[in-house]
Amino acid sequence: MSPQIEILLVAIIVSIACALPGVFLILRRMALMSDAISHSVLLGIVVGFFIIGQVDSPILLIFAAGTGVATVSLVELLHRTQLVKEDAAIGIVFPALFSIGVILVTRYANNVHLDQDVVLLGEIALAPFDRVTILGLSLPRGLVVMTLILVTNLSCIVIFYKELKISTFDAGLATALGFSPVFIHYGLMSLVSITAVGAFHAVGAVLVVALMIVPPATAYLLTNRLSIMLAISSLVGTISAIMGYFVAAKMDASVAGSMASMTGICFLLTFLIAPKRGILAIIYRRFRQKWEFSQTLLLIHLVNHEGKENEAEECNVNRINQHLSWNQTFTQNVILYAEKKGSIQIEEQILRLTNRGREIADQAFAR
Amino acid sequence: MSMNQSSSAIEVTDLTVAYQEKPVLWDIDMNVPPGVLMAIVGPNGAGKTTLIKAILGLVRSASGQMLIYGKPYRQQRRIVSYVPQRGSVDWDFPTTVKDVVMMGRYGALGWLRRPGQQEKKLASEAMEKVGILNLADRQISQLSGGQQQRVFLARALTQDAQVYLMDEPFQGVDATTERAIVLLLQQFREEGKTVVVVHHDLQTVSDYFDWVTLLNVRRIASGPVNTIFNESNLRQTYGGRIGFLKTEQEMSNPQVLPEPTL
Repeated sequence: MSPQIEILLVAIIVSIACALPGVFLILRRMALMSDAISHSVLLGIVVGFFIIGQVDSPILLIFAAGTGVATVSLVELLHRTQLVKEDAAIGIVFPALFSIGVILVTRYANNVHLDQDVVLLGEIALAPFDRVTILGLSLPRGLVVMTLILVTNLSCIVIFYKELKISTFDAGLATALGFSPVFIHYGLMSLVSITAVGAFHAVGAVLVVALMIVPPATAYLLTNRLSIMLAISSLVGTISAIMGYFVAAKMDASVAGSMASMTGICFLLTFLIAPKRGILAIIYRRFRQKWEFSQTLLLIHLVNHEGKENEAEECNVNRINQHLSWNQTFTQNVILYAEKKGSIQIEEQILRLTNRGREIADQAFAR
Repeated sequence: MSMNQSSSAIEVTDLTVAYQEKPVLWDIDMNVPPGVLMAIVGPNGAGKTTLIKAILGLVRSASGQMLIYGKPYRQQRRIVSYVPQRGSVDWDFPTTVKDVVMMGRYGALGWLRRPGQQEKKLASEAMEKVGILNLADRQISQLSGGQQQRVFLARALTQDAQVYLMDEPFQGVDATTERAIVLLLQQFREEGKTVVVVHHDLQTVSDYFDWVTLLNVRRIASGPVNTIFNESNLRQTYGGRIGFLKTEQEMSNPQVLPEPTL
């Protein structure tokens, strides 16, 4: 494999590994927790490094996962005192842990791979230089680690799909039925922590959050099914990784930065043009509703005066705007709209209902 | 059946629940005989929801014992069905009506086993019964309040339980749905099942239910509607905020008056 392909592969695998648990963070309204975890795991890594003396031991993952879970527990503990709101609790706990980590890194562990820039921003371009040999194959360490994490995330989600779904949707019922939402909760937090650590080297603590949160947030706008949301999130992650890589190569900029920006662009595009929940779709729907409503109002006015002696006056094409207190142009447009929809006809300057028009008015009344 | 060795479907003794040392329920005793349709009635903050949650072990009790057919809930999960408040879940969750209804079977499936054909069939039958089969593939965010409540009922139906605990199933539903729910609950009773419903509308207590528990942090009274659902008990439950229509059915038509303005 050429180094370029290796970097690209690492980028894609990191993106998918992050997007999968991110789906559940979004649905559990815990997006901010990924921010907290991805920062505080630094402390776990540093402490683990002191104890083990190696920066690339898999045991570091366990330390980091422990710190992640500890972060979540501390936040919950603080929140449960009812003296601090949850968002404030998050804002208190993770900077505390993170800052201790930063001090330890700069004071004791500098120049041993745990460089502060790498910690914050990651350096995926370095991935091909750090290699391991597995079954006689020389592979980038990052690729191996992230593949293992991706497989772990995927299998946990597949195996506990039903449990994750019910405890996310209805924790009360899940408990009553004998499942343990607490177990699921901490299990998920452990996955998020491990993923954050794994992704650390590649994209750094700050951008992990983008990869975890933005693709699922994008997918949320596009589907009504949990399984499809997981699939779309992974796809958005993959697309962002590929585009991010090439943009970075072209601009000679940070790969991680480009990847994260691409997730943002994917989200922005989806936010604008998603078929049902996008902004444009919503504006179009409101616009149509306004015309539909005005048409219905006009039709009901016609129904009320149909066959009455004042029909010629009340339903006159040129004077109906005075009766409805509408402006002239708007009235003309509503009449055109209704004519196009086949709900009215104009006979000798008088607006008359068609059968279709009567149906629409009836439906409006029936509601 | 061994289940009927105990004379009560639900037996609560000396139950106290406190949040942060503030009592929500004080020393509650309650016996619900099998096969009754019971309302739990009381003002806001009376602990109605907490009582149900305590029976299900969803909130920690400071004291007391809660038994379902003589055994703790933990051993009776399969015969108890819980219908939480409609507002307690996120209706924007990316899932379908059919999927939510099928969750009722998750308890019987246990950990790891996945719902299959059998569960789909049971879910379809339940949806048919509450009249939402045509909504099976609908995303749940597109449902009206009444339809959401029917989804919860269908989910409870798939559990095929002996004891049903329902938290405000009539809240915010249309008249047709309310009627449909009442018929379903009465059918449960005819099948010998026990149904406990947190209820808000005093007007309909006598029409819908045959058993009632009046609650306001303490248990005021618990028993058959025709003996304990009377003015003096209601006055104790609601304090001064209760008025009565002085008609021939005065006892069956109490009304809660709005809070006095300060």
